[in-house]
Amino acid sequence: MHSFCFATCRRVAAGLGLVAGLVFSASALAQALTYIIPFPAGGESDITARIQEPVLKSISGRDVVVQYKPGAGGATAWASLAKMPADGSTVMGTNLPHIFLQPMEKDVGYKTDDLVNVYIFQLTPDAIVVPADSPFKSLKDLIAAAKKAPGTITMSGSGTNSGPHLSAVTFNKLAGVKTTYIPFSGTATSVAAMLGKQVNAAMTFTTAAIQQGDKVRMLAVALDQRLPSHPEVPTFKELGIDMLSGVFRGVAVPKATPEAERKKLSELFGKVNQDPAFRKKMAEGGFVIVDVPYEKTGPFLAAKSKEYESAAREVGMIK
Amino acid sequence: MDLVAYALAALSAGNLALALVGVVAGTVIGAMPGLTATMAVAVLVPFTFTMEPAPALIMLGAIYTGAIYGGAYSAVLLNTPGTPSAIATTFDGYPMAKRGDGDLAITLACLASVFGGLVGAICLLLVAPPLAEVALAFGPVEYFWLAILGLTLVAALSEGDAWKGVVGACLGLLLSMIGSAIIGGDIRYTQDTQFLLGGIGVVPALIGLFCIPVLIDLVISRDEHLRIEGKVAGFRLGEAVRIALANKVNLVRSSGIGTLIGMLPGAGGSIAALVAYSETRRTSGDPESFGKGNPAGIIASESSNNATVGGGFIPTLVLGIPGTPADAVVLGALLVQGIKIGPALFNEQGAIAYTFIIGLLVATVLMLPVGLVLGRYAYGSIIAVPKALLVPAIAFLTIIGSYAIQNNIDDVIVMFGIGVIGWVLNCYGFAPAPIVLGLILGPLAEQGFVQAWMIGSATDNLLGMYFGRPISLAIIAVALLTLLYPTISRRLHERKARRAARRTTRETH
Repeated sequence: MHSFCFATCRRVAAGLGLVAGLVFSASALAQALTYIIPFPAGGESDITARIQEPVLKSISGRDVVVQYKPGAGGATAWASLAKMPADGSTVMGTNLPHIFLQPMEKDVGYKTDDLVNVYIFQLTPDAIVVPADSPFKSLKDLIAAAKKAPGTITMSGSGTNSGPHLSAVTFNKLAGVKTTYIPFSGTATSVAAMLGKQVNAAMTFTTAAIQQGDKVRMLAVALDQRLPSHPEVPTFKELGIDMLSGVFRGVAVPKATPEAERKKLSELFGKVNQDPAFRKKMAEGGFVIVDVPYEKTGPFLAAKSKEYESAAREVGMIK
Repeated sequence: MDLVAYALAALSAGNLALALVGVVAGTVIGAMPGLTATMAVAVLVPFTFTMEPAPALIMLGAIYTGAIYGGAYSAVLLNTPGTPSAIATTFDGYPMAKRGDGDLAITLACLASVFGGLVGAICLLLVAPPLAEVALAFGPVEYFWLAILGLTLVAALSEGDAWKGVVGACLGLLLSMIGSAIIGGDIRYTQDTQFLLGGIGVVPALIGLFCIPVLIDLVISRDEHLRIEGKVAGFRLGEAVRIALANKVNLVRSSGIGTLIGMLPGAGGSIAALVAYSETRRTSGDPESFGKGNPAGIIASESSNNATVGGGFIPTLVLGIPGTPADAVVLGALLVQGIKIGPALFNEQGAIAYTFIIGLLVATVLMLPVGLVLGRYAYGSIIAVPKALLVPAIAFLTIIGSYAIQNNIDDVIVMFGIGVIGWVLNCYGFAPAPIVLGLILGPLAEQGFVQAWMIGSATDNLLGMYFGRPISLAIIAVALLTLLYPTISRRLHERKARRAARRTTRETH
């Protein structure tokens, strides 16, 4: 009987230990930098944070604790940022266009301006991707086919009213064609649909395309220069389609964070971006490093805001 | 041969120890109601960042496979699936435990899990690339029909009271629509609150619907939780092996179904186990005995859900597309390690890939002794622990479990609210399983249907989209069979009886 009790006690204790561990790690490492990812573990935001983590640690000398607070496409975490410690101990990953589109579309508990972006460090560019054996050898082929039979060319992407959705609509407008956008539950499933030829092409990210190696062909990337790892893939711009889009990632702090702390964090993330090992790892994954420090986030975000708003109007997200 | 070298690498003392630790930790976490396999993997991922890639992967695989198995413990002993994959294990597991065969049920679950796990892992080792192509052949419309096939199971789950099952499933489908729609972006049934914007999570609902009624019932009844006649027999291994051998067709079929459905991104262990369960029930000579403690039900559910582990890694490793939510976490861990997943993995980094797969096989084999010992321990403790201790322990776990998924208190409120509703419904004879079934299958069916509709309309071929694709037609056929088989077999039976009766009357004339 006692041994049975003991068994249960042990199980309960294990559970308690888990909680205690969480509480302990939160209080004992009060001086640590808490880095909150608004998405589940394993996504691209997480991968970026995990590559940054050792560099952040070695530069600042602080412990870095990566936490996850997923839900509602990131909105749950962003809505909670205002209530987090505003002493420079907490940063939260932000994604563009998400933080613009979500509050534009509905009340999600935060406004874009509530998030004080201290650094925008990375871009995952959009790319139109087809299976390797697709009849579309170039973007021209795809555009020609779409012109011949408007609406019949299908393009998968992650989500409705999302970055890829807006990009697909922008592409239609700039190229003067009509393709049909098919939303999927995530990047992985949208790429799977393209690989399985359920759709003709995918509007996805260079990172997802690079992962597929020679199984796929990128028709164009939405950058102003060709990707160093893929010099054979043209940019949209070269093909006369002025498209510079993708997901930008950065970090934000609660609005109440003092100016000095904001600048300190901005400097820190800027230094991480200069680290050679970090740059190499990011480039291998197909991420593009960008440098928008705290002083420049204002004009940068204002320009992006205009861009997203007009695209959102185009999609019919806002009237 | 290269494989031998990889096997030796996987079998190093350090890796074996990690696999053992992983399996034990996974089984214990999986056994706790509310703590799922995905969570077990996610909690441990950060620890692997400081490890070498191969041992890190072996440990993650071991935790994952252990957790999927561990879900059977609470399914059998508490009528509460420890992970969503173990929903179908409750159907026959708990009735077995109630009649005093809990030890046998747990040993059977262990044997079936090891067998299914091995089938999945061997498929991953030997035929992963061609199988990954099969996964890609599943388009939106196939997912839609697969979800419909899953829903036909409702008929089987609610024997005698079919309409209550249908009402439950519809409630589940409605619950699945709450929040902002992934396709279309519409906001539905949120009552203008942000609270419901993210929708009702499957895991909080699962914990609520299964655990809360169990807790309430434990508190309001005077009886002990499980009454055991005679003494605890122990492993009952010989008996279990005999039953498993008699179920060899079931084992192979369910493991095959598990591997296949595990490969499909977005489907997962719970659907695999439900489909395997319904197929086993349909093809058995005696469908009436299912849900009343038929060991074949446990074998089907447990072998198929562990087969999804190896199956799920097929698209994860070959295509870089995670087969199950836990695989997505592992995939992220791999990318942080700098391993390039996808078509190049097996060629360029074959050593890591094969060491991992062999490690997974080893972990699955280790599950046999670990599972048997832990199972006996769990069984012994659950029946001996006084209710006064059992109830708060489970209540505590339900809160931890639902909070830990997203570190969000809202999920705890959802869990509790749905749990109370579930208990009331339970009192009127509405079982929790059809509701959860609707909740899990709703998004799959909806997304598949809408995507198929959009693609079909774009290419001007709607009918062909839904009814002109071979895999779809096969799934539709199985769904129809599942639905109509009971009626058909009854008719055939009656006709045979009538003919026999006629013959006897003719003879007497």
